[in-house]
Amino acid sequence: MSFTPGAELGKPNLDVFCETLLSLARSDRNVLAVTSDSRGSGRLASFAAALPEQIVEVGIAEQNLVGVAAGLASTGKIVYAVSPASFLTARALEQIKNDVCYSDRPVKLVGISAGVSYGALGSTHHSTHELATLRAIENITIIAPADNLETAQAIKATATMEHPVYLRFGKRPLPHLHPPQTQFAVGKALTVWEGTDIALIATGETVQPALMAARKLQTQGVSARVLSMHTVKPLDVDALLQAARECRAVVTVEEHSIFGGLGEACAAVLMQAGIRIPFRIVGFPDAYLVTGSQLEIFEHYGITAQGLARTAQTMLAT
Amino acid sequence: MTKLELKVKSIQYRKTLLGCIKRANAGHTGGDLSCLDILNVLYNRVLNVSPETFDDPGRDRYVQSKGHSVEALYVVLADRGFFPESDLETLCCYRSRYAGHPTRKVRGIEQNTGALGHGLAFSVGVALAGKMDGAAYRAYTLVGDGELVEGSNWESMLTAAHYRLDNLVAIADRNRLQITGCTEDVCALEPLREKVEAFGWAVREVDGHDVAALTETLGAVPFASGKPSMVIARTVKGKGISFMENDPKWHHHVPTDEQYARAQQELDRLLREVQA
Repeated sequence: MSFTPGAELGKPNLDVFCETLLSLARSDRNVLAVTSDSRGSGRLASFAAALPEQIVEVGIAEQNLVGVAAGLASTGKIVYAVSPASFLTARALEQIKNDVCYSDRPVKLVGISAGVSYGALGSTHHSTHELATLRAIENITIIAPADNLETAQAIKATATMEHPVYLRFGKRPLPHLHPPQTQFAVGKALTVWEGTDIALIATGETVQPALMAARKLQTQGVSARVLSMHTVKPLDVDALLQAARECRAVVTVEEHSIFGGLGEACAAVLMQAGIRIPFRIVGFPDAYLVTGSQLEIFEHYGITAQGLARTAQTMLAT
Repeated sequence: MTKLELKVKSIQYRKTLLGCIKRANAGHTGGDLSCLDILNVLYNRVLNVSPETFDDPGRDRYVQSKGHSVEALYVVLADRGFFPESDLETLCCYRSRYAGHPTRKVRGIEQNTGALGHGLAFSVGVALAGKMDGAAYRAYTLVGDGELVEGSNWESMLTAAHYRLDNLVAIADRNRLQITGCTEDVCALEPLREKVEAFGWAVREVDGHDVAALTETLGAVPFASGKPSMVIARTVKGKGISFMENDPKWHHHVPTDEQYARAQQELDRLLREVQA
């Protein structure tokens, strides 16, 4: 049976994370979840019920969460420190920088309800900064899975990683983007849709609208490539350069500020490789974001099939 | 090691320490001198760790949360054989692994510290893992008193008490001075003991320069079953050098040639008295 990317709706990545972590933890008692009153609206409750000895609750104290996780990891524990991305990566940034990255403790930092997943709760609960801040810290891998398959495989892959990693995802059900047999590798972008006119390079939960845009563009006679750049650091430079050389324009898409995230990472690579083609970063502007659900915010800033298709057409017309 | 030998070491460590700081033209002299006797007792009498067992999962862990007093730690680690004493000559030099705050590049250092308010949370994690695994090791961490104003310490104290981590020992270097001046003038900590006890810890106070008292106190942990232990070590910033004691100027002041010579003379005199 042929697979159509985006045709079938899956689960929230948060659910897949919790299921995968529980499965890992059942087979290895050293796998721990550390939480700061942050069990993902109860999604980790089944983990806590099944393996109460393998969950560490520190209360609403993100700095402590990260420091304790580093200490646990130093003894050989396989530690997933789970907290809303906004609090984990802002309040505990110094702990991430020093206790985890600088000290090279292989903590898996898991930013849940990332980006604008909290929607109308407002900017205190949004994380639209952390790709930039974490990219500038040495010794950390940054992964934003785009669908359930990427999430499950990323969680499994990070279990054996010997250095720090940050994972971010949201809580909205997402469509399946890859055939079930797809091999995911950290640092290797996945092609979701083939195309040669324009490359839409997206990460995390913006890959879906990028795919929808590509399909829309196809009906307009434009061949758009869609890459899931799930690993924002280290960037898959080969896939990026190949896309830029085989297409006439590049658009990057991210659930993040236009400053310092995927877009600027790609721009730096292309500029330094001497590739001068139309290039556009789609993300959130340097402004107070509108109130709304995640999808309404996406809509407002053009992160939709229609918005991205329009951006692509404009770029190809210039 | 006898009490006399410990006392002699405390003086010799001071002589070596001042030499390092003078050579490097850098260091947190006052705080080094206030915690040096604590480190002496920890590494020579208390901690179950050595260069040979540093990779052993069962070793005791010591984390220096007041990372700025790293020169004192380097001196003690060198004496204990974690690295050659000649390495101390490279303190803060270009491309030296011996930076002005602890890093794991140096054998014997458990965790990179320097930003304040980090060591206790890490040690809570270490102690928690020990409880999970039924391990016999203890986690020790040294915090500065000025550092205790960092809120993260109090988050970690709550967690340590919640998980009944009686394998965790925090030592507060209570020299009552920080870079700006007296801790009580900057942001009052007192009544410190009562505050820490209210957070669920068992607390003892000790003269932080009395090696016998430190040995006895640190040998008595846990002070209460099911509770983390805190030792409030009453210390003197700049201890051992008359003109450095209790003067916040010496937080990170490096002695002049004349001051250095005077300091070494004072320590030599003290050494003769102790040995007599």
